[in-house]
Amino acid sequence: MKKIVGSLGVIMLIIVVAVGTLSTKNTEESELSKLKNRFEKKEISSVDHSKFSQLQKDFKSPREVTEECITCHNKRHEEVMQSNHWNWEREEYIEGRGIVSIGKKNAMNNFCIGTQGNEKSCAKCHIGYGMNEGFSFTDANNIDCLICHDNTETYAKAPNMGGAPLPTLDLNDIAQHVGKPQRTNCGVCHFYGGGGDNVKHGDLSSDMFYPDADMDIHMAADGMDLQCVDCHETNQHTIAGKMYSLSSMNHNRVFCDDCHSSTPHEKEILNEHTLKVACQTCHIPIYSKGKSTKMRWDWSTAGKLKNGEPYHEEDSLGNHTYLSIKGSFVWDRKLVPEYQWFNGTASHYLEGDTISDTTKPLVMNELHGSYSDSESKIIPVKVHRANQPYDPVNKILIQPKLYADKKGEGAFWKDFNWQIASEKGMDEAGLPFSGQVDFIQTEMNWPINHMVSSAENSLQCSDCHTRDNSRLADLNDFYMPGRDYSAYVDILGAWNILLAIIGIVIHGSFRIITAKKNKNGISDND
Amino acid sequence: MTKKVYVYRSFERFWHWLQAILILFLAFTGFEIHGEYKFFGFEEAVAYHNIASYMFITLIVFAIFWHFTTGEWKQYIPTYKNLTAQMQYYLWGMFKNAPHPTKKTVLRKLNPMQKLTYFGLKVLVIPVMVTSGILYMLYRYPQSHEIKYLNIDSLEIIALIHTFAAFFLISFVIVHLYLITTGEKITTNLKAMLTGYEELEEDEDKELKKGKK
Repeated sequence: MKKIVGSLGVIMLIIVVAVGTLSTKNTEESELSKLKNRFEKKEISSVDHSKFSQLQKDFKSPREVTEECITCHNKRHEEVMQSNHWNWEREEYIEGRGIVSIGKKNAMNNFCIGTQGNEKSCAKCHIGYGMNEGFSFTDANNIDCLICHDNTETYAKAPNMGGAPLPTLDLNDIAQHVGKPQRTNCGVCHFYGGGGDNVKHGDLSSDMFYPDADMDIHMAADGMDLQCVDCHETNQHTIAGKMYSLSSMNHNRVFCDDCHSSTPHEKEILNEHTLKVACQTCHIPIYSKGKSTKMRWDWSTAGKLKNGEPYHEEDSLGNHTYLSIKGSFVWDRKLVPEYQWFNGTASHYLEGDTISDTTKPLVMNELHGSYSDSESKIIPVKVHRANQPYDPVNKILIQPKLYADKKGEGAFWKDFNWQIASEKGMDEAGLPFSGQVDFIQTEMNWPINHMVSSAENSLQCSDCHTRDNSRLADLNDFYMPGRDYSAYVDILGAWNILLAIIGIVIHGSFRIITAKKNKNGISDND
Repeated sequence: MTKKVYVYRSFERFWHWLQAILILFLAFTGFEIHGEYKFFGFEEAVAYHNIASYMFITLIVFAIFWHFTTGEWKQYIPTYKNLTAQMQYYLWGMFKNAPHPTKKTVLRKLNPMQKLTYFGLKVLVIPVMVTSGILYMLYRYPQSHEIKYLNIDSLEIIALIHTFAAFFLISFVIVHLYLITTGEKITTNLKAMLTGYEELEEDEDKELKKGKK
């Protein structure tokens, strides 16, 4: 019997070891090398635009360039004019609201608040010309092809010229060197959202024009050198990817597992995490790795003047901490994100919405999700907090008129009067205004997707699975090993052990005492 | 008259000591996962805990097989006979040098209190520990694409049961370590479990066999 059991044990052991070693799959290596091969091949353009006779002429205006583009690419303008980049809005389904048209035209934010009344200033980043002269969304010649397709890295829009480029540009040279959008094309607008470097996103800054591998493992200029459009795949000018500052629906998103699989880790226990934890959560341990990003904006302090003139203050890194036109700011860098459940849908505060509870911060774009929702994953988020004007009587956010060319038009940035700027702004937006201006705390969620770190620099288990300072300390709708425990169970268990020890001590002492007595007794009898 | 008797066979001793090592190691890594202290680090602690748990389960499978093939399982059937006497011995008689109320034999290695304790351990504590542990390991977060009723909505109840059972097992180990010192000499029981041999009273053994016949 002993022999049978023994030999059975040995056989079992051999089977276990054999299965263990044979089933170790090295999938990650081959997956990664496949991806590396795929993206190492840089595309070579099939045409040389500098040889086209149409592009040899001396362009007097950017519109003339667009006109020439359309002569060959004679359907592309239609695609562009269907796109969000052109329309600044699209139809989205929002939970509890139904299908609405949403975009920069009617959504509000807690930075420069909104585009209404500020179009001339905002046009710096619209892909159209002539926003300062009654913009036509149907005139194809208004399309700014070059802002996205210039490959000379010289094309730039002029400030406050309704979207026109700097007048000093060599449009002839630029038109002859067009191609697929590079990081610089996208970055020149998207890295400067909110009117400055890294102001809004936190994970998109000028550091990303030519990042190193520490900044972003994918886009590293000396590494894989991925361009924005490698992930944000574009079909007929429809660009994949959603930013939930304006988006609401769970579609047309870009996911890490579009390239990497949903089980890319060697360790199965990590693959299991991907059910509930987004890749970004572990692989973007910090954001705003280089340039600072804006964390707080207090509009209520705006309007202070020195000798009747607006002024500004800076911190040691050159970030504005106060601007008379905008108020006070808090900037920060190398930031640990906040974490939220997210299922890909969001709701938004839109112009004219009534604020139901003015005592707590108003969330401008609520991200939906929870532990119990099977579609939800934990994502990293930059939360931008602000104090911004609202109408305490009508309980709606105020869209003030901010920008004007000169004083006396009621723009806050020229006249520094909240009442007049609010009245003008709300009138232009077609919204009611009671005449009263107060300030309300608001929060805006910016999901973090870029500045991905290398695997070695990703989060470790103990960053979350720990009792103290867990990164997920604020997500309390589930039990997490290492972080959570029941005080009752622990106290009960500790008492269990303590009582056992007390019992032993008492029993043991009795034994020692009585053993001595008995021994003495025995020797006495002897 | 005493005689050196082979009480614990080799597999039994192997099972006992491997089980002891595994339980202590599982407790050590387990309470690190619980967040009580840091030694291996969370990641390593989880990995080691899982490996040890698979070894423990394998050992249990072999032990069950052994218990049934050898008939040793009968040793653990609880009995009320002499139970009160045994309790009185531990609470009272022991201090007065009273004789042990149950004689240890190869066919009756356990006294009534031991029978009850180990029976409870085998049918309650270990199964609870193993079941909650397996559920803990196989636990999948609520997800789509899976058959819904296989999902467990919360890890909490599993984790808390597993934790409490662990506290209970630790208490058992502590009491067990103490009670093995209550043999003929302090080290008698320990030696027996190490070597397999123990000095037992011969006559009683024969009498018992006769009585059985």
